[in-house]
Amino acid sequence: MAANTRDIRRRIKSIKNTAQITKAMQMVAASKMRKAQQLALAGRPFAELMNKVLVSVRERADVAYHDLLQVRDLKKELVLVVSTDKGLCGALNTNLLREVNQFDAGRTAYVAAGRKAVQYLVRTKRDLLADFPLKDNPTFVETKAISKFCIEKFEKFEVDRVSVLYTHFVNTLIQKPLVRTILPLSPFEDLKIEKPKTGGEPLTDYLYEPSAQAVLSAILPYYVHYQIYQMVLDARASEHSARMVAMKGATDNAKQLIKDLTLEYNKLRQASITTELLEITTAQMALG
Amino acid sequence: MATLRLEIVTPEARTYSEDVDMVVIPGIEGEMGVLPQHVPLMTQLTPGALKVTRKGQQDLYLAVGEGFVEITQERVSVLTDMAIEESAIDESAAEKAVERAQAAIKNKDLGAEENAAVLASLNKSMAQLHVKRRTHH
Repeated sequence: MAANTRDIRRRIKSIKNTAQITKAMQMVAASKMRKAQQLALAGRPFAELMNKVLVSVRERADVAYHDLLQVRDLKKELVLVVSTDKGLCGALNTNLLREVNQFDAGRTAYVAAGRKAVQYLVRTKRDLLADFPLKDNPTFVETKAISKFCIEKFEKFEVDRVSVLYTHFVNTLIQKPLVRTILPLSPFEDLKIEKPKTGGEPLTDYLYEPSAQAVLSAILPYYVHYQIYQMVLDARASEHSARMVAMKGATDNAKQLIKDLTLEYNKLRQASITTELLEITTAQMALG
Repeated sequence: MATLRLEIVTPEARTYSEDVDMVVIPGIEGEMGVLPQHVPLMTQLTPGALKVTRKGQQDLYLAVGEGFVEITQERVSVLTDMAIEESAIDESAAEKAVERAQAAIKNKDLGAEENAAVLASLNKSMAQLHVKRRTHH
């Protein structure tokens, strides 16, 4: 009996330690999630200005024939998988990587951002073209390297479509794996929806230097860079909120376990005291 | 006198937003001075130094990366992936970044995607150094 109470005490102690760690991770994830969301919002003015340039350049340049807007027969697709580096974030990566299977392995090449995606793609023997490590707070410059790589592959006719598979942040409890096609671009379809909002003021007639076509050619890749940056931020916000929820669950479970074990420990302690008392009284009665 | 509203935005933040008297922009066709009442214009930006002139204040230099500029009569909007004020540039850090990038380019075993990234970061560090050095003379 005595050995058993010691065992339980040891288990309680170790669970308390685990609970402390998961609690700390929960707090860290919460603050990181807030940061990622703020970063995503901080890009708003950039997006507004870019939309404005796109709208005005569309009037002047021949948009239909730009390389990045060409829809081609789908022979090969490039998929950028944005996963997390670390685990301990619930079913986030499992759900995300399940979506990888919807692509035809023979006709799809992959680019990975995040260690979990690399591991999965290598394990399932997919055609992995490149792996871009991303830091905790991805900067635009870092994600630009990824989008540049994708654009190049598209421009060289090595792939006919570029999609991004990432986890979309719906709210703190819901994150949803999502596939979005990035190339060929359709920025003007998106803009038509947004246009009435900004369409109040008449379009200014701009001069373009060196030419409208050149400005268009330069801004379309930027549109791609920005989209991918936003998606990576979205994926990061999802990661941190999933981790926060997972860690909250772990902390709660640990607390429940501590409660149960403490109860059992007390019961055992009581039982051993009762037996000891019984033994003493029986011994006394035998003597008397 | 009319002033010019200068706005610099990056995907990460709105870096600068103030009324100024003149802006010199490193455009793709060379440096370009912009005064209030400029004709509406759109152009590309190359990595380099952007100079801001304000009345009664010292000129301000910013290191900017690639991007776009939209000019209207009363406003200059700069869309770029980097904008750092001169005072925030650490010269030794920028120098080291240049060295690292050049060393990486010499080691030609880089993949195509890495090479592009290194070249881009080299351009940016050079732009920062350029801004820092120029104002020392």
